[in-house]
Parts: sequence; structure tokens; C-alpha cells
Amino acid sequence: MKISGIAAGLAAAITLLSSSAAFAVTEISWWHAMTGANNEVVETLAKQFNESQGDYKVVPVFKGTYPETLNAGIAAFRAKQPPAILQVFDVGTGVMMAAEGAVKPVADILSMGGAKFDKSQYLPGIVAYYSKPDGTMLSFPYNSSSPILYYNKDAFQKAGLDAANPPKTWPEVFEAARKIKSSGAAKCGLTSTWLTWIGLENFAAWNNLQYGTQENGLAGTDVELKFNSPMFVKHFQNFADLAKEGVFRYGGRTSEAKQLFLSGECAIMTESSGGLGDVIKSGMNYGLGQLPYYPDAPGAPQNTIPGGASLWVMGGHSDEEYKGVAAFFNFLSKTDIQQYLHEKSGYLPVTLAAYEATKKSGFYDKNPGREIPITQMMGKAPTENSKGVRLVNLPQVRDIENEEFEKMLNGEQSAQQALDNAVARGNKAIQEALGK
Amino acid sequence: MSSPRVTFNNKLLPYLLVAPQLAITLVFFYWPASQAIYQSVLREDPFGLNSRFVGLANFQRLFEEPSYINSFKVTAVFSIATAVLALVVALLLAVMADRIVKGRGFYRTLMIWPYAVAPAIAGMLWLFMFNPTMGTFAYMLRSAGYNWDPLLNGNQAMVLVIAAAAWKQISYNFLFFVAGLQAIPKSLVEAAAIDGAGENRRFWTIQFPLIAPTTFFLLVINTVYAFFDTFGIIHAVTGGGPGKATETLVYKVYNDGFVNLMLGSSAAQSVVLMVIVIALTAIQFRYVERKVHYG
Repeated sequence: MKISGIAAGLAAAITLLSSSAAFAVTEISWWHAMTGANNEVVETLAKQFNESQGDYKVVPVFKGTYPETLNAGIAAFRAKQPPAILQVFDVGTGVMMAAEGAVKPVADILSMGGAKFDKSQYLPGIVAYYSKPDGTMLSFPYNSSSPILYYNKDAFQKAGLDAANPPKTWPEVFEAARKIKSSGAAKCGLTSTWLTWIGLENFAAWNNLQYGTQENGLAGTDVELKFNSPMFVKHFQNFADLAKEGVFRYGGRTSEAKQLFLSGECAIMTESSGGLGDVIKSGMNYGLGQLPYYPDAPGAPQNTIPGGASLWVMGGHSDEEYKGVAAFFNFLSKTDIQQYLHEKSGYLPVTLAAYEATKKSGFYDKNPGREIPITQMMGKAPTENSKGVRLVNLPQVRDIENEEFEKMLNGEQSAQQALDNAVARGNKAIQEALGK
Repeated sequence: MSSPRVTFNNKLLPYLLVAPQLAITLVFFYWPASQAIYQSVLREDPFGLNSRFVGLANFQRLFEEPSYINSFKVTAVFSIATAVLALVVALLLAVMADRIVKGRGFYRTLMIWPYAVAPAIAGMLWLFMFNPTMGTFAYMLRSAGYNWDPLLNGNQAMVLVIAAAAWKQISYNFLFFVAGLQAIPKSLVEAAAIDGAGENRRFWTIQFPLIAPTTFFLLVINTVYAFFDTFGIIHAVTGGGPGKATETLVYKVYNDGFVNLMLGSSAAQSVVLMVIVIALTAIQFRYVERKVHYG
């Protein structure tokens, strides 16, 4: 209490001094949720930017997990002291978009920096997700990822499967998983992190199925959920059956299932491309593949949708600060910076030029599989079903989905019941969140 | 001045002396409590850009919500089981520690340790032991052929959080029980022994009735603990899942407020909780304070 009081006093004094003495340098606060290696990337980027020019100083502040960072930003806005830049995870996008008075569209900010803003230089799949229905880009895509298939090559060999060619479709994956279990190559054939993001949201986009009305929420906020159609039911009933047989194992609501794969217990996993770092670190003999799809879904595979987080510019700051934010975002868009971010953190590059440069450098030849998340997202022009999912209360809807999935996987209800319940409860929650 | 009496303004000083305490109560209790009541009649977006008065609609919605009724049931099962388990085990250990002649202090010190562990840490300890993806004991249970999966099985998840919560509270109960047992005059127990009463009989007819006030006091304390102090354990171990199997009232306040960003509903729930605390405290003062004597 005492120490933090003194520290706060000091900080205030320093702020006063620095703002009166060194008015030439404008400080730009950046609240983020990056830990470990990704935190180092944040610090390095801020340092490089600050050294590259003398007008602005970006100050990164770690604010905890993604939800904690979002809450800190909201609380700061209510106290009228928001940071200039706030990192918000994909799920919070709808929350931020609904708060029109609280944020500044990044498209407006970028054009304030003097340099003209050219949307076409960014990856279309990512830009579409962070744009308003009229095409205005609202936030800056900082770290984007996409779900892919990971498999244990040793277990594949033991089970007599082709370790060089991972299964491409869900029926093939289920068959391989059953074979792994029955041959004793591993205790469990299949697991998945993020059943909501991968199993529902990306499943819908990748198989070109409707998740909800209003282009899954990108065209408007009054969304009616539609993910209890036959193809979804079939997919989840397959998971429920595999869980009953002990072939599929559930790890948790977010990325906990990664442990099951890393420990060798489960031989196949669908996970975010952002989780690659841990897999590499474990030293296991792994392989990567595309996210599986259903061959009987028309148009599949379509394209996957981005996860990760983007940078939002908060309202209530001076034009001078916004010019600084613009300069920083232009700096982040530079090809060499994007290439560094992509290779170091495993997140996707956001500009086409950076993607081309990485390709030319031979990085993908040396690191096979690293291009999969990008080709998945860029393969086809997105349809109404595959631009992304945006709801004013997506965190809450995901909670509801998870609850119903857990009951289903425990054998308390069928996939049809689980999805019907999730749709009904989700629709009710959306209407309440819209204030109806 | 000539008077030997100390002369200061008698009317002001008492107020000055209690002022710090009053200020703390105002700032840390009345102000947040009034904010909660104010929020509970509003509907607001997370950023506070639009808010409107809705009267008691938040409360009405709350009691129509099946998941809120569910969390009442979860809280009842969790609190009663935790309190009973913590009390029974602590009493058993206290009686055994009371009979030991050698190394009494050593055992007692060991017994008190878990009380110093913060709830979130206690939760993490149990999670590391029993989480099906990485826990040591979970691995042993599964190897032994038992399908241990608290990530999906709601009853197993409930057992896990109850065990963790009770484990942490046993120390506290143990202390009070040991003190209660020591306060019983030795002569009573010895007289019964001379009359030929066995250990069991002596316990049930002499010691147990004499520590009844302590037991009742602990029952209330443990219920309050299970209600309000176990958030950290539930947050660390199950996060309220699977389904909503371990979502207690306190956990739901947090989840609806900070994850689902439904401030009005969350505030309404904390007002309901406030009423429950007041009721529990009233019971404690009315019945417990009167009956407990600390020897």
C-alpha cells in the first residue's frame, strides 16, 4: 500500500516533470497481454520505434491475460484515462465495435500520419475481420493466428499410418485416431483446444456453413445463431461418439489440451498456429497439416478465420498523440518488421509484402508447415460464412457453447440437444446484450 | 487551568477518535455497497456510454434464469459439504492430537500450516495433483482403471473443489477444537474413566456436548467461509465448470461481471449476496455469541 503510494506519487511527479520539460516527445501508452517470447517482441518493437525517430515514445505496459487487459482498458475508459493503444483479443472485437464513442477507427488514424492508407497492402482475410460492414478498418491486426492440425509422427508410424501424409478430412482423421487407439500407439487418438473457436467458428468458415445471420455478425449486431444445422450436428456427434469410445479426450475450454498432445497421450490435435512454439520446444517428432474438413460440404475447404488480437485506438487523446499512433502503426506495417514478427512469434504477417518477402527468404522451405495457416486463410476469397464471427457478447456465447459441449462429451446429452440448447441460450443472451 | 481536571472538548474528541474507523468503513464498505445497489437498477454497456434505469428488472431476470437457481443449489451443496467435511475431519484430528502424549506440539504445528496457504495457491496445489491433463494423482487414478475426468464429470469436479476447500479450512477448525477440548476439566473425564466409561463413551457423553458451542460457532464460520472465501479455489481448479456444475453464487458474480460484462446483472447478484451475508451475520450474533464461552 505504502510503497505503491510512493511509486504512484513518483510516477505522477515524473510525468509532470517530463510533460513540462520535454514537450517535444509525445508519449503513447500501449496496453498489451503478451507474455514470454511474445512480450519480448513487444518490447523490442517499441524500442526500435523509439530509436528510429525523436518525436514519439511508445510505452508498452503488460496488463495480464486477454480478458484482464480488455477489462483494464474498459475501466480506464470509464475513469477517463484510457491508454492510446489497447490490445484486444479476437473475441472482444464485437465488444469494442459496439463502443463507437470509445474508440477511433484505425483507418482514420493511419491517414492522420501523413502517409496515405492503402488497405490493399494488408492480407484481405485479416482486414475483413477487423473492418466495419462498410469496409472501414477499425483496428490494427497485430497478432493473427489460424487453427491447424498437429500430429505425432512416432505414434503414426507405430500405428502403421503414413507419417508423411497427415489425414486431410475429418472422416480420415477419425479413422486414423481410432487406429492409433486400437493399435496401442497412443492412449488417445484425438484432442482439440478451443472447441468454440476451432470446432464451431472456424469449422463453419472452413466448410462454408452459416454460423449466424448477418454474415455471422459482420453485417450487423442483431444476429440469430444458426449452428445447429445438420453438418454441425454430424461433426459434434462424431466427437461425442469418439469421447465415449475413449478415442477423443477433452482438455479444457481454451488451450489446455495442448498438454495432452505434448505429453504424447493424444496423437492428433487441432490447435492454433500460435501454439507452435511450445510444440517445437518440447522436441517431439511432430508434423503439421491443414485443418481437416468434410468432403461432403459444398465448397470445402473454404478459408479459415483469424484468431489472436488487434490493436485498438482509444478515444480521448490529442491529435498529436494520434499522429504518433499513426507513425507507430506505419512502422509496424514495414516489411522487415512484419517479417521479424512472423518468424519470431509464429503469428501471421499482416501485409502481403511481408508474406512475399518471407517466402523469398526461404523460411518456409526450412520450416515446413509454417505457411499452412496463411494459405488456409488466403486460399479463397471469403464468403458470407467465412469472414469471421462477431457478436456483441462473444465471450458469453462461447461460455454457453462450452457448457453444452461439456455436458455432451460427458454423455449427458446428444450433439443435437447440445447445439439446440447452445443456439437457444446464445440467442437469448445476444438479445439481452443488445438491450432488448 | 487551575482545575486538576483534564479539559478538552469532550464532544468532539470521541468522534475524532472513531473517525479513521468510520472513514475506512465508509470508503471500503458503504461506498462500494451503495455503488452496487445503484448499478443493480441500471442497464449499461461495458464502457458506460449508454445507461438507463430499469428498476428491478435485473433482479426479475435473475430469478427467472435457470442458471441462477442452479448456482443457489451448487452453493448449498458445496457449502454444506465443505463445512461438514472440514468440521468432521478437524474434530477427529483434534481428538487424536489431544490423546497424544509425545510430540503434541509438533503435530499441532503441522496441522496448522495449511491455514497459511492462500485460496488460489491451495487451488493450484490440488489442480496439479488432480488435473486429468497433467496431475500426478489423476494419472494414477486413470492408470488404475478409474475414469477420473473432472473436466467433464460435474460430480467429480464438485468433489475436487470440496476436498480442496475443506482441506484448507481443517487447520482453523482444528485449532478451535483443540482449545475447546483442553478447556474441559480433566477431573470430569477422569471421573468417568474411573466409573468404567470407555474412550468412545467418554467422548460422546462428556467431551462432545461440552464443546457444542465451539462446534456451532465453527459451523457458522465454515458456512461463511464456504460461501465467500472459496472463490480463489474454484477459479483456479474448475472455473465454474464443467457445464455450470461448480458455479457458486460468488463465482457467478465475477463471471457475469468481468467475463460476460453484464454489469447490471452482476451488481444485482452482489446485492442478493449482501442480503445473504447480513442474514448469516445476524444469525451468528443472535445465537452464537450468546452460547459460546471460550473457557
